[in-house]
Amino acid sequence: MHELSLTQSIVELAIEYARRENAEAIRSVTVEIGALSGVSDDAVAFAFDVCSKGTMADGARLVILHTAGRGRCLACHEESELSTLTHTCPRCGGLALETVQGQEMKFTELEVD
Amino acid sequence: MCIDCGCSSLPGNAHQHDHKHAEKNSRTIRVEEDLLAKNNRLAINNRIRFAAEQLLVLNLVSSPGSGKTSLLERTLIDLKNKFDFAVLEGDQQTSNDADRIAATGVPVKQINTGTGCHLDAHMVGHGVDDFDLPATDILMIENVGNLVCPASFDLGEDHKVVVLSVTEGEDKPLKYPQMFQAAELMLINKIDLLPYLRFDLQQCKAFARQVNPRIEIIELSCHSGEGMTAWYDWLHAGVERKRRQA
Repeated sequence: MHELSLTQSIVELAIEYARRENAEAIRSVTVEIGALSGVSDDAVAFAFDVCSKGTMADGARLVILHTAGRGRCLACHEESELSTLTHTCPRCGGLALETVQGQEMKFTELEVD
Repeated sequence: MCIDCGCSSLPGNAHQHDHKHAEKNSRTIRVEEDLLAKNNRLAINNRIRFAAEQLLVLNLVSSPGSGKTSLLERTLIDLKNKFDFAVLEGDQQTSNDADRIAATGVPVKQINTGTGCHLDAHMVGHGVDDFDLPATDILMIENVGNLVCPASFDLGEDHKVVVLSVTEGEDKPLKYPQMFQAAELMLINKIDLLPYLRFDLQQCKAFARQVNPRIEIIELSCHSGEGMTAWYDWLHAGVERKRRQA
């Protein structure tokens, strides 16, 4: 459940940015979560309700955008889509791929009043 | 329900917007900040502080019961005359592990995370405050026994070292790839038990290299002592590297 501490950071960041803009309320919060980040959407959504309760983010809509995973084969350098970290290169069958995309966990924007 | 303001008017109903909708002032703020940014900033601070002291810092991760604490005990007893150690012990509760380490005479501090499932850079930054860092060569951080969450949290260490014991099954690297990808070294522990188990050592190493082609692997048993020399050589090389970097 490291999603709880991640979500706590989402709420803290949202409030920090909203205050800086002299906003009255936070209407929505958008985050980007990579397919290989090891973070579960459901756990973030659940934790968001808990963490935002009683704060100016209470009731805000949480939007989760997904980034697909991509890996590069260390043998033939072909890039392919990765849905897990255990993947076979579709071109040469190599088992060793380095991740080039999909490990992001980013707070992208928020909407305030 | 009105999706604009959440009032109870149904779509299609005559919904006279005589009350003020929020969008009059509603605005979007671009943020583009990593969710781990705060932890990462603190981890960088730790790393700078450790580098200034030429300290080799290892973050030991594994599932509960892999033998991390026993491995540490044996390592400290065997090497404490060669290197000056300090140990941070992370557990949800109890000071059992810190008590075991304290018995070796090495400075130790227990961090209880309560409900938390991992150590973070903030806990580590304060955890080392009581240590005499300039007089320390190696800081061992024993993370909470958990193969999932500690993978995401940089503590400012030089290396994550993942301990896998042969009683856990050879497919752990495939089941918990995040952790094995984040680690630079895998210690396969309890190899003295191999004759009694159906554990495929070669398969385990192949699985680990599949998720992390660069991972180094040492097989050992902190009980029988087999393989411990390779681990000690690795530590020695790490300390030398830190001294050269300074």
